[in-house]
Amino acid sequence: MSHTILFWSVTIAQFLLAAAMGLAVFRMFRGPRAQDRVLALDTLYVNSMLLLMVFGIRSGEVVYFEASLVIGMLGFVATVALAKFLMRGEVIE
Amino acid sequence: MTPLDHAAGLPAWAAILVSVFLIIGAGLTVIGTIGFVRLPTFYERIHAPTLGTSWGTGGIVMASMIFFTVLATRPVVHEILIGIFVTVTTPVTLMLLARAALHRDRAEGNPDVPSEPPVPPSAAVQAEKA
Amino acid sequence: MLPYPLLSLSLVVMWLALNGFTLGQLILGSIVSVFASWGMAALRPSKPRIRKWHLLPKLLGIVLYDIVRSNIAVVSLLFGGGGHKRRSDFITVPLDLKDPTGLAILAVIVTSTPGTAWLEYNSLSSTVLIHVFDLVEEAEWQDLIKNRYEKLLMEIFT
Repeated sequence: MSHTILFWSVTIAQFLLAAAMGLAVFRMFRGPRAQDRVLALDTLYVNSMLLLMVFGIRSGEVVYFEASLVIGMLGFVATVALAKFLMRGEVIE
Repeated sequence: MTPLDHAAGLPAWAAILVSVFLIIGAGLTVIGTIGFVRLPTFYERIHAPTLGTSWGTGGIVMASMIFFTVLATRPVVHEILIGIFVTVTTPVTLMLLARAALHRDRAEGNPDVPSEPPVPPSAAVQAEKA
Repeated sequence: MLPYPLLSLSLVVMWLALNGFTLGQLILGSIVSVFASWGMAALRPSKPRIRKWHLLPKLLGIVLYDIVRSNIAVVSLLFGGGGHKRRSDFITVPLDLKDPTGLAILAVIVTSTPGTAWLEYNSLSSTVLIHVFDLVEEAEWQDLIKNRYEKLLMEIFT
């Protein structure tokens, strides 16, 4: 019984997060401006991080947790660099 | 291997708790992203992803913590790190992006954004001296 | 040896949380945290002075509660609730808080609460520009930020 509940909730959560990633990709292509695309990329990073954590629950492996931590850190650095670029037109001052 | 075989020993209360947190977390994230797609202006859109990064992340972090703590019968606190990390970094990225957007809109003379605050004369003189 | 004891301690705790608690990891983590805090000292950030530690849990409680509340509010607004036409706009809030760490924490609180976003702080006039998702009354939001968060932060960092 508990197995069935867990199986379905994990599956639904994965579907919802995948849908969220799809919507973020849609906004990234749609734009209209560069800041919208960067924000969409950041949302995509966060969503994929969450999706990997759900994968971790599904498989019972700890590896997914570390992968999601790395994605979160890379996403942060990437978004900060892009925002800096939008502000000044150059990454390093 | 069928998925979730490793969770056979999970008691029912824990399974229900994990499921509730998972659905809340994933649900809030997807609602935030729907808002992100539907809202008309950038400054409104910047509010939408915070749903996913506040309790969206919180829900999934809680679910993962409960799941691994009950299964391994020892406290698992790895996930708190992700929670703290997301809570601290999201405002930084959003603030930088919002400032970049303001800067770009002002440079283009967009009338919808508040103009740059005027620099008081005394401060301008000080800035020149410095 | 330890210019930032709190930073070093939290680095050790994070190291142990990631790698599991053994004596070897404790020693390795301590060495890493000491070097990291030296690196931090070389950057010379302003050193935060926290006066009233006992108020921090209260602040955390208020913020967590407000985040839950505004999550619900924003979700209902996104699905067309609220009963009125939503208007989002920029507001300017004058601040008395001057401490950089306090301002940083206030910025994190305002931005991580769905429905408000901190845009820019003007240090000359000590005002901050905030974008509000559902602006009904400007004074209400100014009052919220000044009395609910800023007062407490000013007590913690003075």
